[in-house]
Amino acid sequence: MKYIYDMHQMMLKNNIILVYEGEFTQEITKSVLAMAERNMDSIGEESGIKRKVFNVMVECLQNIVKHGEEYISGEKQINTAIFMIGKHKDSYIITSGNPIRNDLVENLREKLDMINSLDKEGLKSLYKDIIKSGTGLTEKGGAGLGFVDMARKSGQKLEYGFEPLKGDHSFFSLKTTVPRG
Amino acid sequence: MEIINLEGTEDTPKIILDKTNKIFEISGRSLPEDSAEFYQPILDWLAEYAKDPLPETIFDFKLEYFNTASSKLILDVLTSLEDITNAKVHWYFYEEDEDMEEAGEEFSELVDVEFELMPY
Repeated sequence: MKYIYDMHQMMLKNNIILVYEGEFTQEITKSVLAMAERNMDSIGEESGIKRKVFNVMVECLQNIVKHGEEYISGEKQINTAIFMIGKHKDSYIITSGNPIRNDLVENLREKLDMINSLDKEGLKSLYKDIIKSGTGLTEKGGAGLGFVDMARKSGQKLEYGFEPLKGDHSFFSLKTTVPRG
Repeated sequence: MEIINLEGTEDTPKIILDKTNKIFEISGRSLPEDSAEFYQPILDWLAEYAKDPLPETIFDFKLEYFNTASSKLILDVLTSLEDITNAKVHWYFYEEDEDMEEAGEEFSELVDVEFELMPY
């Protein structure tokens, strides 16, 4: 039974206020958003910060709904991801992790590095370039703007990493920091 | 013309398109699972309306939040207003919501429609 205590201690130590592990759907997204909103309301979080956190959470969660991949681990088919929010004195940390296909890793890395190389004005013009490119939504219904928006709303660099999984997948971890005040 | 009157939900905006009563409004939150599917009836309605519009059309946007997939469709809605003679956008935003204000400014630079930013 000690794992329960350990888990709790780990969450307290990292100031994690919400963890969800499992399948990601639009219904789950709405529930997670509602819980996080209630949590921020209960401590009287400033509305500007709340809006930014909400914004980053939506893009992060809907990214997983759209792009999370199933992969085979041993005998089991796994189609799960993780989403966490940490609340610190000076910031909220929104993190996610999900499997993606290895052949998509380089492209994703380049995209994130490019976004991280831009300043506020650069991000703004990238956003406008993508939205007016007129290519419509991707086959998965995204606008290709999610990461750009997360970088703009947070005003911080997007931190990321890839862990190799068995077979032809990697685990993609993403961390966005929203400063408080 | 038929009236479109959609109640807002936690992930879709309230939408009223009512030619008779001169109400054209999108408000609330927009983060639907499939934004293209959600906005298609709105775009169809506006294309029909453009054939025989009122002398003046004021379209109210009073969004509290929209996701990036919706932003593309909102741009499509705004672009379809270009085809409506004498159409004008009132872009409402909560006065402290700089992001929503900036979103209005950016949209206004992307389409050829008269825009008024309306803090509340």
